[in-house]
Formats: sequence, structure tokens, C-alpha cells
Amino acid sequence: MIEFTTPKPIQQIQTVVETVAINMMRPVSREMDENEHAIPWDFINFMHTAISSMGGTNMAPEEKKDEKPDAGADKKKRPPLGYQRIGAMVEMLSWGDAGMYLCIPGGMLGSAAVAASGTPEQKKRFLSRFMGDKPVFDAMAMTEPQAGSDTSAIRATAILDKDTNEWVLNGEKIFVTAGQKALEESDGFCVVWASIDPEAGRAGMRSFVVEAGTPGCKVTKQEHKLGIRVSDTVSIHFQDCRLPYENILGSPTVEKTTKGFKGAMATFDATRPIIAAQAVGIARATVELVKEVLEEQGIEIRYGLPRQKMTSIERDVIDMEVMVRAAWLLTIKALWMADNKIHNPKEASMSKVYAGDIVVRVTQKAVELLGPLGYSRELLLEKWFRDAKITDLYEGTGQINRLVVARNMLGYRGSQLR
Amino acid sequence: MYSFQPSEEQQMLVDAIKRYAMDDLRAAARDADEEGTLPPKLIEKGWELGYLQASIPEAYTGFGERSAVSGVLAAEEMAYGDLSGALAVMTPGLFSTPILLAGTEEQKAEFIPPVIEMEWKPFTAALMEHRVDFDVNELKTIAEADGDSYLITGEKTYVPFAEGAEAFMVYASLEGVTQGFIVPGDAKGLEVGERQKLLGLNALPLYTLKLDGVRVPKANRLGGDEGHDLAPIMAASNVALAAMAIGVSRAALDYSIEYAKDRDVFGVKVAQKQAIAFFIAEMGTEIEAIRLLVWEAAWMIDQGMDEAYKQAYLAISGAVDTAMMVTDRAVQILGGHGYIREHPVEMWMRNGRGFATFSGLAIV
Repeated sequence: MIEFTTPKPIQQIQTVVETVAINMMRPVSREMDENEHAIPWDFINFMHTAISSMGGTNMAPEEKKDEKPDAGADKKKRPPLGYQRIGAMVEMLSWGDAGMYLCIPGGMLGSAAVAASGTPEQKKRFLSRFMGDKPVFDAMAMTEPQAGSDTSAIRATAILDKDTNEWVLNGEKIFVTAGQKALEESDGFCVVWASIDPEAGRAGMRSFVVEAGTPGCKVTKQEHKLGIRVSDTVSIHFQDCRLPYENILGSPTVEKTTKGFKGAMATFDATRPIIAAQAVGIARATVELVKEVLEEQGIEIRYGLPRQKMTSIERDVIDMEVMVRAAWLLTIKALWMADNKIHNPKEASMSKVYAGDIVVRVTQKAVELLGPLGYSRELLLEKWFRDAKITDLYEGTGQINRLVVARNMLGYRGSQLR
Repeated sequence: MYSFQPSEEQQMLVDAIKRYAMDDLRAAARDADEEGTLPPKLIEKGWELGYLQASIPEAYTGFGERSAVSGVLAAEEMAYGDLSGALAVMTPGLFSTPILLAGTEEQKAEFIPPVIEMEWKPFTAALMEHRVDFDVNELKTIAEADGDSYLITGEKTYVPFAEGAEAFMVYASLEGVTQGFIVPGDAKGLEVGERQKLLGLNALPLYTLKLDGVRVPKANRLGGDEGHDLAPIMAASNVALAAMAIGVSRAALDYSIEYAKDRDVFGVKVAQKQAIAFFIAEMGTEIEAIRLLVWEAAWMIDQGMDEAYKQAYLAISGAVDTAMMVTDRAVQILGGHGYIREHPVEMWMRNGRGFATFSGLAIV
């Protein structure tokens, strides 16, 4: 059955999160943007308390329930909603403020990686820290100065010291979202990508959990950005940073295949639609504001007209509505597939290609449409224009995601379509 | 809950239509386009798949019930084969579905069975008018009350199968409101004009239709004395056309993928060039996005939601642009070959441009 009813639990969480967005995010949105590198502790502490009181549900998909082998018969009746729920939350939080959403404590990308490829012991060890009294953050470090989308160019190394049975991590990571909060401002951790065998290429690539306070790990720089300024983006330097043997995610031996690397890439099948959800949130906020302002100005948007009778502004607004809704549907479909364990790399990348595209177009058009108001820092529109662009860049640029979509559509391997 | 899987029954319908669309409609499409005619046997075969019949309850001699979701799935698949052929097979629905949606009990009982009882017959509708500012809500064809009947005067265009039609659903402005009127094919004052020559849809016989004081009994006003809302009918048409735009787009996409994977260029296949691969990725993404919008609008119609009308309008808005973007790129991917009438993509590009224009030419 084809069906588009928003499930009850998702509706409920949307209502709760909308209240948070309106009362805790929007009022400080401008101030936090103007004071780059200030940490929104009031918001963070509020969110931590709120999340804890809701049973410590964090942003990483809940694995616990699914793992219970004795999950009762009534469990079967309920379709899995984990990723869809996260997507709906992220959409609404980004509708509030896309940068502040990234400042929410609890498991994010790093935890997603641990959840995806960690052992039960690792999950317990690394993920339980989010339930404590103080807010805790995580981060994910993949990009290096010379290795962005081309992750096979990663140079960081983690070589096993057989004497002490420790991994010795060396290298430099950049563009680490929330790295400062994960490593310096809380007892968090950062998942770091490095090679255990530089000769082996991609087959040697692994991820490691680096906990806050590990000697040899240092946050060296905070970036100044176009948008999402409230969220810290840092460089991290690793110099002979020693990690316990158990901090490696996935197999510690190098096989001939790139199975490990591909497994890691599969994390994107869940995270890309979540970035798409972030884009949809910004885009929806934008269209709503544009319509509100136009209405105040007495400009009516008439639906149902043929193209040749529409005003330019009607055409623009209706196009925006089409794009925002279609982007959300692509996103929720990709997440629905993830929840139902349907192979979804094509759909995940499609959602990000489309949402990343349309949020940029929608926000750019909106600034144009509202004239001097649109360009002014009095409204949040110009900020959303700046925030929007990140969704077309991180978790794979629009171009990388086009490659993924095209390879899947054409049945090509990476070597056939570079 | 969200779910994106058609039911088993819907999947069977789609599969059956797909076979017909490829083996019959697609196979005949080029000749039909060049010759400007569709073989009656071809239309009859599509009619016998029984999509329209299955959307009508037993009380009116059908064997199912209407579902806009099933309708858009069927319409998309049919148009995947050939748009002209698909519109021809679906033409009787232009007459019967508005009656099903907005007619009185008497109208349903009287006028629906003759449409679906037997073989495909030219029951049709006349909505569009030949003006730049044509708008379904501001028709220039006028209906005026005259005793126990209405007199309808005006000129219609893009009327499929008007020549020899059994009956028309004629839309006219009654005191400024667009209303449907059931008009028998042999009504006095009705004059079928010339066959129209268009950019696309060459195989589909479309005519102008003149109405010169055509007298229609009051009982034949769609919905009876109180008339009807146009919105549900337009929504049903918008989702149908949007779905068909997606069908045409998918046809163009699949054809260009096959071509691009076969054609050699600079030692690789055309599809291995990012410029082309990115085209294809964007075409596929756009189709998938707008397709979901169409499905959601159809689902909202089936749920009886008020927002369905607006959603259906958004769906056709999106689909109009998708069809143009995708069919244009399909021609581009084939390069010079795309421009040659040996390949179907130029036909799909011509048909694709029409979705902004085709108000009311299909309905589910």
C-alpha cells in the first residue's frame, strides 16, 4: 500500500521539537550567528535535560531495542521508524536553526559510526556516556587538508605498536564538526579515519574512537565559516596519539578486499538523507517566511492558474513549494528504506542531491524576492541563505552524490565512472 | 505510516499495463505519430485491460472502485509506452469519471454504463479554448438557463475523438462558474471543426468543437440543479497528467541510459563521461522526487483531504518542468541522433512540452 500518513510517534516528536525550535532556537539564532565561536550553553543544557528526561534518546539511531533477541510479538506489528524519526526531528530542528541543531549534545555522526560497525562492548563503552549529568558531544574526523571527497587519499595512519598493543595515530584532520565540544568541552569522543596499512590503499582504511583527553590529540584551529557559525568546525592534530587496541571499529586485519571501506561508506546511506532532512528544514522555514512577508504586503499567491497567467512571484513561490515537498518525500523514502533494511545508496544520495540543490535555490531566490528586506540581517533569511550551502557540501558534495546516483542508475563500478 | 510499495493488486495492474505499453503502444508509436492515426485494434486492446472499468462500482456495471493512487500508477505506465496512445485509451474516462465524481445518482446510472459496458467508444470531453489566457475557471463558452434547459454557446479546442463522438462532457461558464454539461454527440447546434495540428500528440485525433446555442436539458447539468465543484475534477486531471508526464520522462530517461551505455566516445562509453552521467543522475532524481509528489497528491485525493487540490496542482506544476527538462536532456544525450526521427526522443520532447497546456486531457 502506498501511504503518506505521518506516523503518530513522529507527529508527536515533531510537535515537541517545534516548540523547542520556536522558543529555544529562533530567539537566539541571530545572536549566536553574530558571535561566532560562542557556545550556546543555555540551549545545550536545556537540550541535555530535555533529552535525558525523555529517556536519554539521542540523535543516533536506537540500536538497543532492535538488538534484543527476545523482542516480543507485538514488536512485529510496529514498523521500524528509527531513521524516519531522526529525519523528522532533524528537519524540525533545522527549521529552527540549522547551526544550533549541530550543537545538540548526544550521539551524532560519531555515534552513528560506532552504532554501525562497533561491537556490543564498544557500543556500551562509547555510547553510554551520553546519559550522564553533563552534556557530552561526539564528532567524526575524515577530511584532511589534501583529502576531501577523495577519501582514498587519506594520509593519517594508525600503526599497531605490538609491544604495547596500542594503535599509534598520526596525522591531521580538518573540518571536524563539533570537534571542540567533543574533545575539549565535554567527555566525548571523535571517530577518526586512518590507515592501518598505508600500502593497502582503501583496504587499510579503518575508523578509531579517540576519547577526549587522549594525549597526542590536540584541537588546533577553529574555522570561520559562511554559515552555521554557531557550530564549531575544527582542525585536529594527532601526534603519536596512542589508542587502546579495542578502540578500532571493525576488523583489525587487512584483507585483500575493500569490504571494510565499503561497510564504512554504507554509513552514508543513513546519514545522507539526514543531511537532506536538514536542508528541507531550512528550505521549509524559508518558504514559510517568504509567504508570511508577502501576505503582510498584501501579495496573494493564487493556486490553480495556468502558467501563462501567473505572476513571476506566484511562479517562484509555487516552484519553491513543489521543491520543498518533493525533497521531503525523497528524504523520508530513503529513511523509510533504511528503517526497513532495503538497500538504499541510490535513494540516499538522490535525497541529498535534490535537497542540497533546492535549499540553495530556494534560499537564494527568497533573498532576491524580498528585496532590501531579504538582504538585510534584520530577518533570518540571509542567514538561512548562508546556512543552506553547507548541505550541498558535507557528507559528500552534490557532485559526489551525483556520481553515486549515476553509478547506481547505470550499473557502473567506481572504476567505470570516476 | 509511510509506505512506498504498491499493493499486490496495483502491481499486477502496473505489470499488465507495462506489457501493453511496451509491446503494443511503444511498438506502434512512431508510425502512429507520422501517420496521425492510432489503429482501433490498438486502442481496443488497451481498453480491454479494464483500468477504467475497474474504477467504477458494480452498481454502474463496473467491477471495482476508484482509487486515484491506482489511477496514477496506471496512467504513468501507459504513458511510458506512448502518450498519444495512452490518452486515446483513457479518453472515455474524460466523460465518465467526472460523472462518477460529481454526478447525481440518476446521471451515474444513466450515463456511466454505456461507456464501459462494451468495447471502447468515443465518449469524450470539451474543456479547452483557443486563447492565450485560457483558464479553466474563466471560460468563454457560456451556458444560459432557458426554461427547463441550458443553451450553450462557444468554441472548444483540443477535443479528443470529437468526430463521431457518442457524447461530450462540455464545460461552460454558468453565471461565471465552470460547470460540466452532458451533451449527446448528435445534439443540434454542435459542429465538429477541423482536426488540429499540434507540436506533439500527432497520433491523437483532436478537434475544435463549435457550440451554437446547443440546448441541454437541466437534468444534464453535471451534479443536477446544484451543479458541482470543479476542483475535484481538476485535481483528478492534474494528478493524471502529472503521472503521465512522469511516464514520458521515464521513457526518455531509460532510452538515453541505454544509448549512453552503448555509444563509444574517446575510448569509453558516453555514459562514462561525467557530463552525461550527471545529466542522468539529475534526470533520475527529478523523476523520483516529482513522482513521489504525484503519489502523495493522489493518496490525498483518496483520503478525501481538502489539501489534495492544492497538492495536485503542485504535482502538475512540478511534473510539467520535469517532463521538459528530462525529455530535452534525452535528446541532448543522443546528440545529433536525438534530433533524427529514427529515435523516439524527439517525439517525447515534443510531447513533453505539452503538459503545461493539456488541461483536462486525462483524468483518473
